[in-house]
Amino acid sequence: MASQQVAPSSEVTGEQAAGFELGGRTWGSRLIVGTGGFRSLDAMERALVASGAEIVTVALRRVDPTAKGSALELIDRLGKFALPNTAGCYTARDAVRTARLAREAFETDWIKLEVIGDDRTLFPDAVELIDAAETLVDEGFVVLPYTNDDPILARRLEDAGCAAVMPLGSPIGSGMGIANPYNLQIIVERAAVPVILDAGVGTASDAAMAMELGCGGVLLSSSVARAKDPKLMARAMREAVEAGYAARRAGRIPRKLHAQASTPEEGLPDLE
Amino acid sequence: MIVQLNGERAELPDGATVADAVKVVGIDGERRGVAVAVDGEVVRTADWERTPLTDRQAVEVVRAVQGG
Repeated sequence: MASQQVAPSSEVTGEQAAGFELGGRTWGSRLIVGTGGFRSLDAMERALVASGAEIVTVALRRVDPTAKGSALELIDRLGKFALPNTAGCYTARDAVRTARLAREAFETDWIKLEVIGDDRTLFPDAVELIDAAETLVDEGFVVLPYTNDDPILARRLEDAGCAAVMPLGSPIGSGMGIANPYNLQIIVERAAVPVILDAGVGTASDAAMAMELGCGGVLLSSSVARAKDPKLMARAMREAVEAGYAARRAGRIPRKLHAQASTPEEGLPDLE
Repeated sequence: MIVQLNGERAELPDGATVADAVKVVGIDGERRGVAVAVDGEVVRTADWERTPLTDRQAVEVVRAVQGG
């Protein structure tokens, strides 16, 4: 970590904070929040409001007649954009079908594409992911794929026409932060679409670091939903994303092995 | 007729439509956040009333839930 360089890029330098261009729309918030894992709808409502997020994710499951309350009604009432996901899909076929169902259910072409390889790691299945992404782009979807922190796979997803790439920092729900910042940096360096850190965020510094590394946004869920105080953590995440983004644009100083005095040495009195 | 409705065997009257199956799983009038697939293919919401089901079809009725 000590040798890590975060070079300021001309595109992100400058005092004026730009809106977040994603999927052909401009957003005011760079934080996307998942709605899974909250202890109650009330807790979710307070956290979503505190997060300032405009985009929140939702899933589709078989109708459970005993389910209480409607997360979607709440999301609609708060004026948030419901971004459906394909969580739980293991094959391109399932993910594509789920995306088509989501298009009908939510009247949106936007899809957070997840195709996982196994339930222990929840890591993406790269082969199925590319396959699903190509099909969905062909069908006119705005595809936001959850992907590995693999620069080549990220490039392939971008080439396939995805509207963003969303690499994991570490496994979903693990709270382990950004395990490989160098890979994330390489992905950011060459991507022409927004890079959104998706998965692994444990606390606010992880979200700030993602932004400092040049991510366009952060998507997180468990770190807020399962925090002792979800509302307070949501506020912390909002501030962390804003702080990290500002720091990135401000351009950090290079890391050096030795000290460099910030107080001038000339004019020191001789007190011998 | 017998269909597989959300993974369970369900008996529906002959001539039943997708809209009828949606009611059977407990959805009454709700449309936003709900979608249906029959044998893996999505049936547009506007077509529910006029899409008849046939014996042994697999009907999946899904609804928005919280998720990451």
